[in-house]
Amino acid sequence: MQAEGGRTVMSADDVRRAIIRIGHEIVERNHGTQGVVLVGLQRGGVWIAQQLAEAIARSEGLDTMPIGTLDVSFYRDDVGLRPIVPGSVTTLPGTLDGTHVVLVDDVLFTGRTVRAALDAINDHGRPRSVQLAVIVDRGHRELPIRPDYVGKNLPTSRAENVAVTADGVVLT
Amino acid sequence: MKHLLDIGDLDAASIGHLLDLTDHMVEINQRPMPKVPALRGKTVVNLFFEDSTRTRTSFDTAARRLSADVMNFAVSSSSVNKGESLRDTIETITAMGVDAFVVRHGSSGAPQQITRWTNAAVVNAGDGWHQHPTQALLDCYTIRAALGRTTGFDGLRIAIVGDIAHSRVARSDVQAFTALGAQVTLVAPPTLLPPSVDGWPVEVSHRLDDVIGDVDVLYLLRMQRERMRDALVPSLREYTSLYGLTPQRAARLQPHTIVMHPGPMNRGVEIAVDPADLAGSMVLQQVANGVAVRMAVLFELLGSGSDLAPDPKGPQ
Repeated sequence: MQAEGGRTVMSADDVRRAIIRIGHEIVERNHGTQGVVLVGLQRGGVWIAQQLAEAIARSEGLDTMPIGTLDVSFYRDDVGLRPIVPGSVTTLPGTLDGTHVVLVDDVLFTGRTVRAALDAINDHGRPRSVQLAVIVDRGHRELPIRPDYVGKNLPTSRAENVAVTADGVVLT
Repeated sequence: MKHLLDIGDLDAASIGHLLDLTDHMVEINQRPMPKVPALRGKTVVNLFFEDSTRTRTSFDTAARRLSADVMNFAVSSSSVNKGESLRDTIETITAMGVDAFVVRHGSSGAPQQITRWTNAAVVNAGDGWHQHPTQALLDCYTIRAALGRTTGFDGLRIAIVGDIAHSRVARSDVQAFTALGAQVTLVAPPTLLPPSVDGWPVEVSHRLDDVIGDVDVLYLLRMQRERMRDALVPSLREYTSLYGLTPQRAARLQPHTIVMHPGPMNRGVEIAVDPADLAGSMVLQQVANGVAVRMAVLFELLGSGSDLAPDPKGPQ
């Protein structure tokens, strides 16, 4: 698949397989699914968290996995530089006290969104641990943040744009 | 958006945007710790030249939940009573370094006037008989949430009952409801209607019993006692018998109909049933939504950067 003007770096199958693999890694790392809550960052991480939950539920023989979404707009250090997206409201399955939160996003870039997410999580309880899963780590970190689960490490220039969908990952 | 002075300045899309933003604020308010750092370092001044504990408290709570600093400027204890002009008051507070004025004033147009004397954002919290835009927004949000009208009020029938002539709430609500597509009927005796409603996109009825069975929203206004003094209504009892929500009238409401009131209620006058017995009563939801809507307005004015173009690369 060749998107207009862009270079496809992961196919739809690559993305699907990465999600399944990350699901296995999350279960392995946490010795099961006890206390694990998948939290998709609005908006790019929400569908990935959904698919991760389905993958883990399938492989572990569960009906559902606890899942939530997190809107970090009000916690950003550049609040005011990005408009709030309507409909991207936080929904969490109750308090996060004592849980293992896995933050899920599409692309890890500067790390500022994740920093905001850590602050936001803090207002919803005290998890036992917070982990980070991303489909693409494109580098250029501006904060000491690293992912625990990565679909693909993708060297990029700062000027490039990375688009992650279920149809694949496109670099433009 | 630099100021919020008049609900008529907002089109349906802008109202919809603020109501979408309110969804985020409602979520924050439902948390065990309802506070976010979005307006850290901003200062909001509540400048109330008329008493209004409810509205002032609502704005105060809204600002604090966004982590703004709040200055409450009580006019009774200020140098306004020593003869300082409105302009001097505004310029003095502005010089302290503030980001927003929330203004309640007895004179129509005072908030508009204040915008000339300060660079801060100005929010009209009620001016004379003119406007009360955040009340209109919270009423729209309450209807939208209660009746699931996320995309607009097309075909929705709303009756506003009571003292329309002296009500900035009615004036603001009519503009907001009709902007979103609702059909509004004003229900009042001729003495409590404005001299001319010709320009208003509304219908008028003098009999509540003619409309009560058909409406989706019944909006009751506060009946103020000074209207008796001015002989606009013969007696409170007569007002209640013709325009009050009595148990007989409540029984004629459709099951889905919601009942709203801007508060404070005159129990036994415009609402002559126990609101606890009224399944469709939204009075407390209006209060709760008032905080969320005011958070949305303050955030939009001070923190949203809505004047900036969206980042074409999206958040990464």
